[in-house]
Amino acid sequence: MDDFVSESDSDYTSYWRDWFISSRGNEYFCEIDEDYLTDRFNLTGLNTEVQYYQYALDLVTDVFDLDCDDEMRETIEKSARHLYGLVHARYIVTTRGLAKMLEKYKKADFGKCPRVNCHSHPLLPMGLSDIPNLKPVKLYCARCEDIYNPKSSRHAAIDGAYFGTSFHNILFQVYPTLIPAKSTERYIPRVYGFKVHAAAALVRWQNNRRDDMRRRLRKMEVESGFKEGDDIIEGDDDEEEEEEEVPEELEATPAVGGFAPGEMGSVA
Amino acid sequence: MSTSSGTPESWISSFCSLLGHEYFAEVSEEFIEDDFNLTGLQTQVAMYKEALEMILDVEPEDDDDDEDEEEEDEEDVSGDARDGLGTRAHGERRHHSRIASDLSVIESSAEMLYGLIHQRFICSRAGIQQMSEKYELGHFGVCPRTNCNQARTLPVGLSDIPGEDTVKLFCPSCLDVYVPPNSRFQTVDGAFFGRTFGALFLLTFPEYDLTKSGSESITNLARAGAGAGGDDLPTINGMYARNVAPGLGSGKIYEPRIYGFRVSEIARSGPRMQWLRDKPADIKVLDEARQFTEDHAGSDDDDESMNMNGRPSGRRRLPAAARLRLQRAQNGSPMAVENGGAESEL
Repeated sequence: MDDFVSESDSDYTSYWRDWFISSRGNEYFCEIDEDYLTDRFNLTGLNTEVQYYQYALDLVTDVFDLDCDDEMRETIEKSARHLYGLVHARYIVTTRGLAKMLEKYKKADFGKCPRVNCHSHPLLPMGLSDIPNLKPVKLYCARCEDIYNPKSSRHAAIDGAYFGTSFHNILFQVYPTLIPAKSTERYIPRVYGFKVHAAAALVRWQNNRRDDMRRRLRKMEVESGFKEGDDIIEGDDDEEEEEEEVPEELEATPAVGGFAPGEMGSVA
Repeated sequence: MSTSSGTPESWISSFCSLLGHEYFAEVSEEFIEDDFNLTGLQTQVAMYKEALEMILDVEPEDDDDDEDEEEEDEEDVSGDARDGLGTRAHGERRHHSRIASDLSVIESSAEMLYGLIHQRFICSRAGIQQMSEKYELGHFGVCPRTNCNQARTLPVGLSDIPGEDTVKLFCPSCLDVYVPPNSRFQTVDGAFFGRTFGALFLLTFPEYDLTKSGSESITNLARAGAGAGGDDLPTINGMYARNVAPGLGSGKIYEPRIYGFRVSEIARSGPRMQWLRDKPADIKVLDEARQFTEDHAGSDDDDESMNMNGRPSGRRRLPAAARLRLQRAQNGSPMAVENGGAESEL
């Protein structure tokens, strides 16, 4: 199996895996190494998970040469995709797999965080379950540590188990330098410049939670990962808020009455 | 609510049906025709009069407020030059044979003017009503956050000044703002919606049940809830308690796990942002005013009188910490706020 069977095979213009990862909707997948796929240990337990396991594996590794009708071929094709996905979930937590996914992450192949205050931070694919056919793939933003639905419906249909619940967290354990700086920046709902009480009260409560956490971490001498300058001001929280907001308020004032002449440029 | 724009080919309706303009409401002509609503816009938009005529589909004629215009446009050099040209043409009784380049300038001015009027319109009674209909129809899309469970969003701007940022989507379920999924909205100015609309919408229509996801019908329930027994629902800080960030709180916060084990806070890659999606399990904790009076009840005679005053005094209240500061400064009477407030207002 070590030699590349289909290299000389004229029936295949490319390897099955090549075709698979380059086909539309499969942009989140990376290519699994031949060596990894052919090591039976890595496939432990998958034979019960996938229909026509052996044929599917043959197809994935480009040694499939069964004469069968189109319907059968279609079923095997489907099994092969499922098998590839399940192996993918295991592969991407290996050293090589992590490196490959890291490359894709850096190119923002998985999209960018829709949250405005994350400033288009790249996302990572993840599953909410490791069991197939339960939950579709979601996207994780390391900056706000939240999960989002993929924009496109063709991605929303991918099984989350093909990425698993652990991959994105392992990635940042293996590459801790890639953990993005956390930010306290956030949106505060306002009406004519005034904060809305219900939302503001929640924000104050959340900020207290955050500062409690940061004090906790500081006591344990753990890096909290927040940006420089986002320091907690001991004691009065309102003071901190006021400080940030004064310039903002000043900035907003001209919008009520009209424009400074210098701003006319944006009109034409 | 009437859009009353008359023919379907009116400038306003054709503008609103353009690709990427799906979030816009159709500003009623009455609103635009009321000069009060346009206060201050003359100085913000070049070729204001022509732009306004274009929006209202009025055939440009020469009339006698040309002098006013000259006065108003003195700051803007390019606008002035164009206006001068316009006045001269008017003088010659030119019959609206505009130069093509002129027309495109007016077109973009009209779009800017419409946007700025729109920012004001959607905060008016008729406008916000129209936006609520669009909201119910799901015209503004849904929150991309998984734990918001497809909650409907509202278009907002991060600035009221045009040219600063594009339109964003505000999710009432997590109180956060997101970039619209489709790139065609990245050409729409956020100032055309403004900073106020999103929050004002929630204050104007408190009956919407925000716990319902986008696919479920919020309308029927919302209206029914308002009519029958709506008053029985617990409220907090001027909102129905169920509507305070329903997408946040325990169970709605992502917990990182590796092979089923939670990643510890102490780990370098551990969770640091959970506060952003957190909410007290008991929402009453957020009633700061009540909390404060409870904490201080009995310690001070004045506090008791404040307790009895209840709502009316609540309107004048400063944030708890500020009140505390004042209290310290003025020998401990929170009722002395009146004095302090009056002074600081001067």
